[in-house]
Order: sequence, then structure tokens, then C-alpha cells
Amino acid sequence: MTTDLETWGIQHAQGARMPPSLRVLRYHLYTYLRTWRSSLTTSFLAPVLYLAAMGVGLGSLINHHVGTVDHVRYLTFVAPGLLAASAMQVAASDSMYPVMAAIKWIRTYYAMLATPLEVSDVLLGHFAWVTTRLVLTAVTYLGVMAAFGTVHSPLAVLAVPTAILTGLSFSALISAFAATQENDQGFATISRMGLIPLFLLSATFFPISQLPGWMHPLAYATPLYHGVDLCRMLTLGGVDWVSAAWDLVYLVALTSAGVLLSRRLFARRLVV
Amino acid sequence: MPSVDAVIWARGLSKRFGDLVAVDGIDFDIAKGESFGFLGPNGAGKTSTMRMIACMSPKSAGTLRVLGMDPETDGPAIRGRIGLVPQDDSLDLQLTVLDNLMIYGRYFDLPKRVIRERAERLLAFAELSERADDTVEPLSGGMKRRLTIARALVSEPDLLILDEPTTGLDPQARHLLWDRLYRLKSEGVTLVITTHYMDEAEQLCDRLVVMDKGRIAASGPPSALIDRYSTKEVLELRFLGADPPGEALRGIGERIEVLPDRVLIYADDGEGAMGEVTDRGVEPTAWLVRRSSLEDVFLSLTGRTLID
Ligand SMILES: Nc1ncnc2c1ncn2[C@@H]1O[C@H](COP(=O)(O)OP(=O)(O)OP(=O)(O)O)[C@@H](O)[C@H]1O
Ligand SMILES: [Mg+2]
Repeated sequence: MTTDLETWGIQHAQGARMPPSLRVLRYHLYTYLRTWRSSLTTSFLAPVLYLAAMGVGLGSLINHHVGTVDHVRYLTFVAPGLLAASAMQVAASDSMYPVMAAIKWIRTYYAMLATPLEVSDVLLGHFAWVTTRLVLTAVTYLGVMAAFGTVHSPLAVLAVPTAILTGLSFSALISAFAATQENDQGFATISRMGLIPLFLLSATFFPISQLPGWMHPLAYATPLYHGVDLCRMLTLGGVDWVSAAWDLVYLVALTSAGVLLSRRLFARRLVV
Repeated sequence: MPSVDAVIWARGLSKRFGDLVAVDGIDFDIAKGESFGFLGPNGAGKTSTMRMIACMSPKSAGTLRVLGMDPETDGPAIRGRIGLVPQDDSLDLQLTVLDNLMIYGRYFDLPKRVIRERAERLLAFAELSERADDTVEPLSGGMKRRLTIARALVSEPDLLILDEPTTGLDPQARHLLWDRLYRLKSEGVTLVITTHYMDEAEQLCDRLVVMDKGRIAASGPPSALIDRYSTKEVLELRFLGADPPGEALRGIGERIEVLPDRVLIYADDGEGAMGEVTDRGVEPTAWLVRRSSLEDVFLSLTGRTLID
């Protein structure tokens, strides 16, 4: 016992202590590594499949019949949209069932909160984990995009943090929502009424100008639209810095609001 | 003011959930190295109290000090020295037995090597060594409980809080745990235990409180509680296939409890009371005289048997 305490004490003195939220991240990484094989394949396959089907398959049809979209071939147009939309999907799925499970089914959060960890650590660790997933997703996507020859600007590197930010804005809001739920029914509603329409209508697959005029403000109000817009400008080159700044401000503001909201709702749910 | 020895010190401690008062202004002190029990019927407020002590649930009113600190401001520091066995298991079912210990220890930021070394001992104690690499999900309820207890010890806490630790354990596992708890106690660990088993409370607790409806109905060492709230002996009468004749027995002994299947007559002289029963022409199917136990204290204080 003494030796244990000593080693611990020495580590402590050397400042080897890991910040609490990173201990939570370490938990997520640890559990993820148990199943990484299957996840890794899907996270690599999904972009390839999407780009092949949407970009190459559908794209050849479109290029054949309509010519270019926004002056580029369809694959090049759709790829950054899919990047942002995939970030949304990854972030959303990691913020629905896993959060519910950690609150109600497996009660992981309660196990954590019985130790020196606090609600803010649990939450930050969760977001750190979602960020990790987003990094993997975005980097994979960008790599596959480059392989498909759809990257036209060195600024495309910045599409990675943009996709991450887009994902986090969803993660923050959906995690907050998940912390208020008693069962998983709400998640199906979110997917059906929220994520799928966003996926289809936020300029992912076609320019927003194709939508009827009354839908423009609607599309404009969604975070995915801004994520897609930014990613597209960055990968195609030709950045309109004013609208880029506006996209960024919107995403940062929404993410911050979402984080603050989830902080409140996590505390309300977990500390009673 | 909290005494220097008090590991836990509570005055007017209360917990409300909306309009519901779960804990209604209770006072208690728990000294270092003591083993202290909370008894009470379902809904008495035991778990609510445990969660406040474990700094997982903020108090609604009153004062609480744990390990000389204030849960409101020093939660992480206090929890770093507490081991909690919650009433509901919160094990990671998809992970292995060993991983559950590893991960939990990592929350305390213990080095891997230290946890692994402790885990080996703890799994041996919990008789789960052979299952170390099995996933937790298919383990039996009792095995999960034992793992939860082992997990609470991974940080080598100064204060161990056990909320119904032996519910679901078989008798052998219960005795094993008692044995282990004695050992921890002799090492100076303070134990706080809730239980529905009176024999467990009598065995383990130096002192205990009986809670009812959020209040403390009685407190003291088990033997003192028995002296104070029960008679020396109890005469138990059983009546098979007939309603117990409560009326006919009125006045015998100091107190009579009519339960669905039997009648308890509290008297210092059980044999003598049985004589009176026979004199009145009442013929039970079976009878016995036994010493009073905590169970009787509980019954007299809460008006309830243990199995509600
Ligand atoms: N999170 C909560 N929200 C609302 N009410 C609660 C909550 N937790 C406990 N209660 C209520 O507080 C009261 C005391 O509950 P508690 O769990 O402390 O009892 P207990 O003595 O541990 O009972 P048991 O022996 O059944 O475990 C109960 O009426 C319960 O319904
Ligand atoms: Mg309880």
C-alpha cells in the first residue's frame, strides 16, 4: 500500500496527473479500441462508397445531362458537401445512443461521478471523444477526396477543422437533448425530422439556389448549410471571405451555445 | 463544530426532490475507523443519504462534512478518498471484468501498474480471478455485485460507502464480504453500510441508525437498541390455517405484534408468557421463545417487517 501511495505521490509531485476530462477521453478511446476493426472499416468505406455512388455514378449522369454544377464536375461539387454531412452524422450518432446509454442503460456517467471526476469533466471528455471521431472521419474523407482528385486548393486542409466544428455544433445540441430524454424514441424523431432533411436540403447534393425561394432562409438557418458552404469554398478554392467569416461565426456561436446548454442539462440530469 | 475524529458530520441534513422530502433534517457523526449502519424500510431515505455523503448529490439543507471537507466545494477531493458501492450497479457491461477495474482506477488517475497489481488481489478476494477476461454482461447478479465491491476498493479508500452491498449475494459470498470488511475496518477504513439484513447489521455495525420517512427513529449500538426498544425475549406463535387470535392474547407481555403468519409477544420471560397463552386456552400450531434481535427493534420502530 505504501509503495502504491509513494508511486502515486511521486507522479503527483512530478505533475504527471492527467487532467480529469482527458481521463474521460481515455475511457472512450479504450472502449473504442475494443471494436476499432469494424468501426475503422466502416469509417473508411463510407466515404469511398458515398463518393463512388454519388459522385462518380450519379455524377456521370449529371455531367452528361447538365454539364457542370457551379462550374465544376459533380463529384467535385458534392464531395465537400458529403464531408460536412458525414461529420454531422458521426457527431450526431455519437451523441444520441451513447449518451443515453451512459445515463440510463450502462450508467457509465454515474460510475465516473463517483470518482474525482465532475460533470464538466464528463462532458468535456465526451466532446473530446466526439472530436477525435470527427478528426478521423474528416481526415479520411479528405484523403479519399484527394485520391478522387476533387481537391483543388491547399486551403482544403482547413476543411478538416471546419468539418469538425460542424460536427461539434450538432454534437453539442444533440447531447443536450439526449440528457433530457427518458428513452431513445426522441432520437428516431431527430434523425427523421432533423438530420435526414438537413442532409438532403442543406446544399449537400445541389446548390441551394435550386430550392424554392421560401426555403432559402430555412436552409440558411441550419448549421449544416454553413459547414457545407465553408468546406466547399475551401476545397474548391475561391473563398468568399465575407461569407466564410459569417459561416464561421455562425458555427462557433451555435457550438458555444450548445456546449453551455449541455453543461446545464447534464448537470440537471446527473446531479440530483 | 465537527469533532476532530468525525469522518462524517451531519446536522439537519436534508434532501428534497420537488415536494418530496426524502431526508428530513438528520444529525449523525461517524468516527474514523467506525463501521456505521443505516437501516430502514424502503424509501426511508438511506440511498439519498449515501449519495449526499458520496458527494454525488447536493444536500437541500443542513450541514455536512466528509473527511473534514465540504462536499459542496471539495467534491473531487472527497470522492478521491471514498469508495462507493452504489445500490444499482454501474459496471461497463461490454468490457471485461479486469477492464472494469482498470478503467475505474484510471478515473482516479492511478498508474496502470498499480491498478493491475491491486486488481489481481481484488479479483481474488471477489472470487472472480477465473473470470478476469470475461465480459461482464453474462455474469450472474451476485458476481456483478462482487465486482462492484472490488471496484470500489481499487482506489484504496479511507471511507467505504456500501449501499446494500450484499443484496443478491449467496450466504457464502456474504460471509466472505463480512470477513473482508472486518479486515478493512481493522486497517482503519471507515465503513458506512445500508442493509435490509438485520443479522448483517448486528454483525458489522458498531453503531447504527434506524431511518423512517426521512428521519432518524433511533440510534446507537445494536445491543443498546435491542435493550431499549425490545424486551429480552420474544415469544413467537404460529397459527397454521387460522387467523392469529390477536384479541384473545391482549395484555400478555409488554407488546404484541400480529403479523400475517404469526404473533410476536414481547416479554422478558418468554416461557412465562407462553404459560399465560395456554391459560387463556389459545393453542398455537407451533411456538418458540428466542432472544430479541435487531429485527424486533426495526419492527417496533417502523411498524414494518423487513420484507415489505
Ligand atoms: N432522483 C430522485 N427523484 C425523485 N425522488 C427520489 C429520487 N431519489 C429518491 N427519491 C425518493 O426519495 C425517497 C427516499 O428514497 P431512497 O432511495 O433514499 O430510499 P431508501 O431508503 O434507499 O430505500 P430502499 O431501501 O428501497 O433502497 C423515496 O420516496 C424516493 O422515491
Ligand atoms: Mg436505497
